[in-house]
Amino acid sequence: MAEPIAEQVIAGIPAAEGLVIGRIAREGGHQAGHQGRRRTGSSAEERAALLAAVARAKAELDALIAEQDELAAEILEFQLALLEDDDLLAPIFDAVQAGASAQGAWDEALDKEIAEYRSGEEAYLSARAADLADLKGRVLRALAGEGDGGQGAQHTALAKGAILVAEDLTPSRFLELDWQRLGGGAIRGGSKTSHVAILARARGIPLIVGLEAELDRLAPDAPAVLDAEAGRLILAPSDGTLAQVQSRIQARAEGDAAATEALAEGAVTAEGERVQVLINVDDPAILDGLSPAHCDGIGLTRTEFLFAGEEPPDEAAQLAVYRRILAWAGGKPVTIRTLDAGGDKPIPGVSMEAESNPFLGQRGLRLSLAHPEVFRVQLRALARAAAEGPLKVMLPMVTLPAELAQARRLLDEVLAELAAEGVAHGTPALGIMIEVPAAALTAGDFAADFYSIGSNDLVQYLMAAARDNPALAALALADHPAVIELIQRSVAAARARGVEIGLCGDLASDPATVPLLLDCGLRSLSVAPAQLGRVKLALRGYRGKAAGP
Amino acid sequence: MNDAAKDLTDALGEAVIQDPTGLHARPAVKLTKLAKTYQAAVEVRVGAEADWVNAKSPNAVMKLKAGHGATLRFRASGSDAAAAVAALVALVERDFDG
Repeated sequence: MAEPIAEQVIAGIPAAEGLVIGRIAREGGHQAGHQGRRRTGSSAEERAALLAAVARAKAELDALIAEQDELAAEILEFQLALLEDDDLLAPIFDAVQAGASAQGAWDEALDKEIAEYRSGEEAYLSARAADLADLKGRVLRALAGEGDGGQGAQHTALAKGAILVAEDLTPSRFLELDWQRLGGGAIRGGSKTSHVAILARARGIPLIVGLEAELDRLAPDAPAVLDAEAGRLILAPSDGTLAQVQSRIQARAEGDAAATEALAEGAVTAEGERVQVLINVDDPAILDGLSPAHCDGIGLTRTEFLFAGEEPPDEAAQLAVYRRILAWAGGKPVTIRTLDAGGDKPIPGVSMEAESNPFLGQRGLRLSLAHPEVFRVQLRALARAAAEGPLKVMLPMVTLPAELAQARRLLDEVLAELAAEGVAHGTPALGIMIEVPAAALTAGDFAADFYSIGSNDLVQYLMAAARDNPALAALALADHPAVIELIQRSVAAARARGVEIGLCGDLASDPATVPLLLDCGLRSLSVAPAQLGRVKLALRGYRGKAAGP
Repeated sequence: MNDAAKDLTDALGEAVIQDPTGLHARPAVKLTKLAKTYQAAVEVRVGAEADWVNAKSPNAVMKLKAGHGATLRFRASGSDAAAAVAALVALVERDFDG
């Protein structure tokens, strides 16, 4: 049926990737019913009612936890723990004793806590306000004598593939919903760090948060597209839009299935040549969900996350993190990049503020050499971790051989120090990233133990196009002949020196550019973990350089 | 709330948070559950200046907003105070594992 309404795009923030074509289903209102259902009794009756409601909420959470996976269960455990928090409950029972209704006292106390969680600067703590709101609603429903949210009927009312729109979703409501029937969700509240977003990502349910729409304008059953890749909800999609989304969905499904299959298989070309495929790690937390058997190790560990706090982390804290990463890799090589602050990644207290041109400023190794007191702590922790596995140290933003020599001297000093102190340590390989064109053109002059091409910065510096400026996207051509030329030269220089070279930028994660990199002679790629299967697929389709020698 | 003014001085200890995301919900729950297994009154704070809070209250521990690299300090009073502080320090030091 043709809709007479024009297509309309509503913006939001993608929290869990995916695409859905479906119809709008409205969620909400079901929690409003609990207000004022009970008549307030004597303070003894109110006390008994609150005790019973807390006990019931506990039993409901216990039952819900029992049927969830570990991640979901841990999220609910926090709510359960709050119901056993005497410091939280005692003042509420005191208020009831003093004459407040059970409902009023619970409501007021929880609202106060929720406001406190929300008021802070920390995204993590304010995201937990949703867990408190969830718990508040559960106890209020129990007080009003309602069932487990009373949502059974709602399941059957939802059409298969429906796009759920809501003001907000609590974690337990998210877990109660039937995601076999629902295609995805778009909510006005929430954030990328909310428990609901974490759950949606873990389960592959497309979700948009921060939807910029008045829900009243979204008619139930209206045809819509949920584009949780770009972060938009499209109402009354045109035939053209539908056809486009349809083919994206199909490509995604085919790619997903094949990539999942390829994940566990070896990384070889169509001609049977083995290619090293490693992963990039931004935050070691992701390692819990990954199998080291699917890759050849870690080709890039970013350490900026360690420096996100107010003060740089000390040696012990860094060592603990590096050890954990090595333990995960179980003997496979792990490359850890020293702090790459500055530019688009400022670090409080270390990187300079207000450089007029931060991308061409004191960043990467330049900054580390300017702050030897911070750099030495990181080198010590890395050398100590190297006692426990094949750890390599990679320096970012190297321009001149003298910079590498200076870093090598610092590392040697640190190693001598550790030896003198009798502290267990290893001697890590020390390599450099190739991301400054000058270094790419003179790669052979560096006494590096290995090279890794950082294609994102290399492209940005070579094309003179800032990578954070969308207006210049047409210039940021990763496959420009000038980029290819520099990659080839770097590979040749590494071969001449007899040391390893790989590539760890976005180019390696894109199946479309993988053949190009192999053409350049690269046989080691470090990719985003989510792209591992797709890159292996691209390798399998590679039959050697297309034309000529 | 009744004997909050009393200082708990039978045992003291401290440990640095290793987890890159800080003391988030899962470790906060673990910490309070462990604290509750002891009879001693146990308090915790971040750094050397902040207010002490009840280490058996998940709500209070969550609101410490203890980030990666922050030092958690414990103090306790009661018959098993020393054991409680030692166990909590060990929990933080092994990064809330197990």
